[in-house]
Amino acid sequence: MSSTKSDIKQYQDLLKQYLDTKDEVVLYQAEQLSKEIKQDVSPDEIIDEHYNTLLKLIPDMDSQIKDSFEFLIQTMTSYALAYKEYHELRTKQLELKAEIEVAANMQNTLLSTSIPQVDGLDIGATSIPAKLMNGDYYHFVQDDEGNVGVAIADVIGKGIPAAFFMSMIKYAMESFPENRMYPKVILELLNRVVERNVESGMFVTMFYGLYDVQRQLFYYATAGHEPGFIYRAQEDQFKEIDAKGLLLGVKKEVKYNQYVDEIHDGDLIVLLTDGVTECRSGDRFIEREEVLDVIKENKHLPAQDIVDNVYKYLERLQNFTLRDDFTLIVMKRSS
Amino acid sequence: MKGALTTVPIIKELDIVGARQSGRNLARDLGFGSVDQARIATAISELARNIYLYAGSGEISFQEVQGASPVGLKIVASDHGPGIENVSKVMEDGYSTSGGLGAGLPGVKRLMDEFDIISDDNGTKIIVVKWLR
Ligand SMILES: Nc1ncnc2c1ncn2[C@@H]1O[C@H](COP(=O)(O)OP(=O)(O)O)[C@@H](O)[C@H]1O
Ligand SMILES: [Mg+2]
Repeated sequence: MSSTKSDIKQYQDLLKQYLDTKDEVVLYQAEQLSKEIKQDVSPDEIIDEHYNTLLKLIPDMDSQIKDSFEFLIQTMTSYALAYKEYHELRTKQLELKAEIEVAANMQNTLLSTSIPQVDGLDIGATSIPAKLMNGDYYHFVQDDEGNVGVAIADVIGKGIPAAFFMSMIKYAMESFPENRMYPKVILELLNRVVERNVESGMFVTMFYGLYDVQRQLFYYATAGHEPGFIYRAQEDQFKEIDAKGLLLGVKKEVKYNQYVDEIHDGDLIVLLTDGVTECRSGDRFIEREEVLDVIKENKHLPAQDIVDNVYKYLERLQNFTLRDDFTLIVMKRSS
Repeated sequence: MKGALTTVPIIKELDIVGARQSGRNLARDLGFGSVDQARIATAISELARNIYLYAGSGEISFQEVQGASPVGLKIVASDHGPGIENVSKVMEDGYSTSGGLGAGLPGVKRLMDEFDIISDDNGTKIIVVKWLR
């Protein structure tokens, strides 16, 4: 608890000036001084300086007033301590934040995936964390025949532990062979990986899809993941992807059902996490229909623009503070 | 005037006030200003209160010490209570049961220039020093 002596000296000069002149300029200077000294000088020290200056200016000061200053200084001691601790905590907090930012950047690098370039299938994807670390994840792979595998997942739980867990899932997926792997097989394998780490208390929802580029078929299976949608261009409406399956990590040997849909020209496959459908604007939950309407309005645009526009729309509705991680993928068939 | 100055036993709550008063008087005599007097008194309060609350009884003793800076006030709070189990934990901000910023032993450490704890099953000894500047 040391103070900058020169700042305190300035306090004395300003106080004297003010008592002489009552000039607003001096008050303004005092305000500027308080901005400069606030980190190094604690409240009790300022009062002490005030007291000492007054003692010089008013040598015959009433003893009751003197005593009252002692009383005030004692009262301010705890404030001074709280003030000091606050500054130390703030420094620590900034250090922690910087450290988490490094971790978040590392996570971005570790989990990065590139969107496959495929003739006739336009893909857009985005994943934005609510806090620094992302508990959502998406991943694309292309097998040796050019078919596109897509995973979208959400760790139940947020923040740093969730992010750690995602890295594990990603590395498990990367260890799979490069030839065609069907969604149900992938989920069954991943379920074992997650189940083996069950003591971590983490569960994961995942949707896995495989787009057959030759036959325009979309195979998929879900592990308790938020249902996505298929936009049918012919009917101009969305159909919820109706699939069921247990979350990853709940049980040891789980068999997943696999489904298949034909995808026609102009159709959109929409995959998302609950951060998209469960966002709120004030007290109001945003209806899924509202999200789908925005997609529909943008359907003529490239897939990445659709995704970005939906994000911008929901971000604004939520006053620019996301409550949950947001991940959205749009796959658009165009010939 | 050097070495042991005085010792105040802490048995009942009012003894905390007595210890404060002795500490403040000694600090004033050594030349400490109002701010330091108030800080020393606050540190004594915390130490004496801990003795009263957690050890039942003990004492606070005062010594004048010589060092790099010409003179200092050394305060030793000792008791034969149960001891502090995990000192590092207790020294973390926010651990104090009284809550609030700046409270408890971390606060004492901030108020004083030197701070040391020796604690085991036989009791606790906390030694703090404030140097006159
Ligand atoms: N002299 C003591 N003997 C035994 N335990 C103590 C003593 N002083 C402190 N403690 C333990 O350390 C804890 C923290 O003390 P302190 O920082 O003063 O905060 P608080 O008294 O508000 O809990 C106390 O809750 C108590 O368990
Ligand atoms: Mg205490």
